[in-house]
Amino acid sequence: MGFLEELKALFPPGRVLTREAELAPYESDALTAYRKRPLAVVLPERKEEVVEAVRLCHRYGVPFVARGSGTSLSGGSLPVEGGLVIALNRMNRILRLDPKARIAVVEPGVVNLEVSRAAAPYGLYYAPDPSSQPISTIGGNVAFNSGGAHCLKYGMTAGHVLALEAVTPEGEVVRLGGEGLEGVGPDLAGFFVGTEGLLGVALEITLRLLPKPEAYHTLLAAYGSLEAAGNAVSQVIRSRLLPGAMEIMDRLAIEAAEAAVKAGYPQAEALLIVELEGPKEEVEEEAKLLAQVIQESGATEVRIAQSEAERQAIWKGRKAAFSAVGRLSPDYIVQDGVVPRSRLGEALKEIGRLSQEYGLRVANVFHAGDGNLHPLVLYDGKKPGELERAEELAGEILKLCVRLGGSLTGEHGIGVEKKGYMPEMFATEDLLAMERVKEALDPKGLANRGKVLPEPGGRPGLEEVHG
Amino acid sequence: MAELRATSLAEVQEAVRLHPRLRPRGSGTKPALSTPREGEVALDLSGLKGILEYEPEEFVFTAYAGTPVEEVEAALRAHGQYLPFHPPLAGKGATLGGTVAAGLSGPMRERFGGLRDFILGVRFVDGEGRVVRGGGKVVKNAAGFPFHRLMVGSLGAFGVMVELSFKVFPHPRATATLRVALGGLEKAMAALERLRGLPLDLLALDLLPPATLEVRLGGFPGSLERRLKRLQELLGREGEVLHEDEAHWEGVRDLSFLEGSPVWAKVPSRLDLIPTLEGLPLGPRRYMAGGELLYVGLEPEGLHALRRAGIPHLVLKGAEEALFPPPPEAFFRKVKGALDPKGRFPLG
Repeated sequence: MGFLEELKALFPPGRVLTREAELAPYESDALTAYRKRPLAVVLPERKEEVVEAVRLCHRYGVPFVARGSGTSLSGGSLPVEGGLVIALNRMNRILRLDPKARIAVVEPGVVNLEVSRAAAPYGLYYAPDPSSQPISTIGGNVAFNSGGAHCLKYGMTAGHVLALEAVTPEGEVVRLGGEGLEGVGPDLAGFFVGTEGLLGVALEITLRLLPKPEAYHTLLAAYGSLEAAGNAVSQVIRSRLLPGAMEIMDRLAIEAAEAAVKAGYPQAEALLIVELEGPKEEVEEEAKLLAQVIQESGATEVRIAQSEAERQAIWKGRKAAFSAVGRLSPDYIVQDGVVPRSRLGEALKEIGRLSQEYGLRVANVFHAGDGNLHPLVLYDGKKPGELERAEELAGEILKLCVRLGGSLTGEHGIGVEKKGYMPEMFATEDLLAMERVKEALDPKGLANRGKVLPEPGGRPGLEEVHG
Repeated sequence: MAELRATSLAEVQEAVRLHPRLRPRGSGTKPALSTPREGEVALDLSGLKGILEYEPEEFVFTAYAGTPVEEVEAALRAHGQYLPFHPPLAGKGATLGGTVAAGLSGPMRERFGGLRDFILGVRFVDGEGRVVRGGGKVVKNAAGFPFHRLMVGSLGAFGVMVELSFKVFPHPRATATLRVALGGLEKAMAALERLRGLPLDLLALDLLPPATLEVRLGGFPGSLERRLKRLQELLGREGEVLHEDEAHWEGVRDLSFLEGSPVWAKVPSRLDLIPTLEGLPLGPRRYMAGGELLYVGLEPEGLHALRRAGIPHLVLKGAEEALFPPPPEAFFRKVKGALDPKGRFPLG
């Protein structure tokens, strides 16, 4: 028997997809400019089936890509040509939710927001909140160490993953970490998170849950310039406040959000959202200080949410901003480079200059508290050469972030999109060390082949990745 | 064999290339981890120290691994900031590198999380003398394999840490501590469980068995009294309130309650494990972070009991075999082999 026959013997009919029409939806993820045709897609329902599929791939030397909802913006779940896609959406059970221990044990296909929903009756929640949280799965969040709007205060996914059961690319099942907040020995679970599926597939994940904050104080401030909004963030930080979230949107993003969801935002060059959270007595005191800081920051208009509905209204526009920008332009590329917060102003000015130079509009929506930019480069894929120009501009922005002492990615991961830029951020020895670890755990190079690690000879040509 | 000393990256690389088996040592506050075993040479890193970068507004600093935690904290304090995972044994001279290698957090980890939540980046020398960097120097970063998180609790297995970057936070403007006796382990456990589930943002939540809870609050002076009162109401006890509580918690995080015990150990605890642990012959002890982290003083029989019960632990002082159980072979061995193929470092 060949690989496909064995695969079909392992899975009931309907759970191995091989026909062209069935494969089409799996050819790309949220980075739609990239497409690859896999050999087949399997839909496991139990972890044993994932292990069997991985073992089979290992035996035949067939590359595989594990995939959740396919929301990766870096092409992290792009299939390998002729490889297997292991689609984990059917493994969507919360296996155990223990409010006393404040943990949830979940399958990789569980949607992020479902965890918080299930924990809500106990006054608990799962903190990492990538914008994709109504769709993206925990397995994908684990692979890419997802972030969200609350990373300064609460950290990224890695801190919230206490334990993992995973299958290595050679088909061994391992348990990493434990059920408590503390462990002894190397933090292997922490290391696995963010390796983008190159070291194996998570089968079961133990998550830390936190008590849901008692009170929120959400403020929206309008500014006459992007720089003034950036300075306000610095002033908040200098006042020794630690907000749960601080977000900035520029004019283009505000207009897009207004057009899409009518958030009722004021007309401004830039908007800043600051959200305090904690025990009500503490939030009251913090709010007094915040009011003073924002008053001194030169805001042209300040609104404070007086109810949960008003709070949601403030967030609605921000959360809709990405898809809203889609209305302004047929296509866009979103980057998520990070700069040290004190260099935000400098970075934004340079992005503005690059936008002019390339003749492409760039909308900015970003997590200001942690310096995580989200420039949206608008382009029209139907115009010849425009995609290439947009990618080049996006690349310039990435290099800028690294030059200012930041990172290529705050939360989207390297994937296939940014691997060519890895040498901008890491030295050859750093990359070789990653390669050696990959090679030790995956000597055949099967797990999510072609991601993260740059290929010798530099960036792949566009014609290759765009297939 | 004579002890080696490295005070620069180049000296660390040279030491690694010249010696087949090495055991890095900071200031030696955890002798069970830093004492060389048969055939090993101690590599003293206490001279590899100093803060390299610190931008208070970034909430980030980078320092050499041999830098004493105390030195870092003094610099942070000058800007009203602190290391929220509250590294233990700072007052005894603990270094950043030793803290990371041992994987230790202190009582205030209750508020914002432990060491693994605050480490941002590392530069280390691997088993072949190569310099490798992982992570970065910004609070949010998802690029590349996270070697910095691999260092947490590694006991130095993958390399000699040279530089480390951490996230820091503003220190609360005021603090206060409530100490309450609850009349029995069961009652204390019930109260502990209740407090853990509520959004009280406690700085520390410790159980001193059998029946005492110590709860530390931090925040604006204007809110502390009201929050204390709410806590007292929740617990149904007035308890004892400490307003000048800094010295007390410094003693706790320096594990001064273990003085006099021959063996010191860290035990990852959990609420459901506490009754089992309380049935073992343990010495002086304190459960921190809502019962998730036990530091315990032991006689040899207590250590045997832990092992017999199969309870994972790390000995900091007083025994040769420090880590129980050993790391999971399948995954650990491969990563170890990639970074330290000749088995130069601990856990070889």
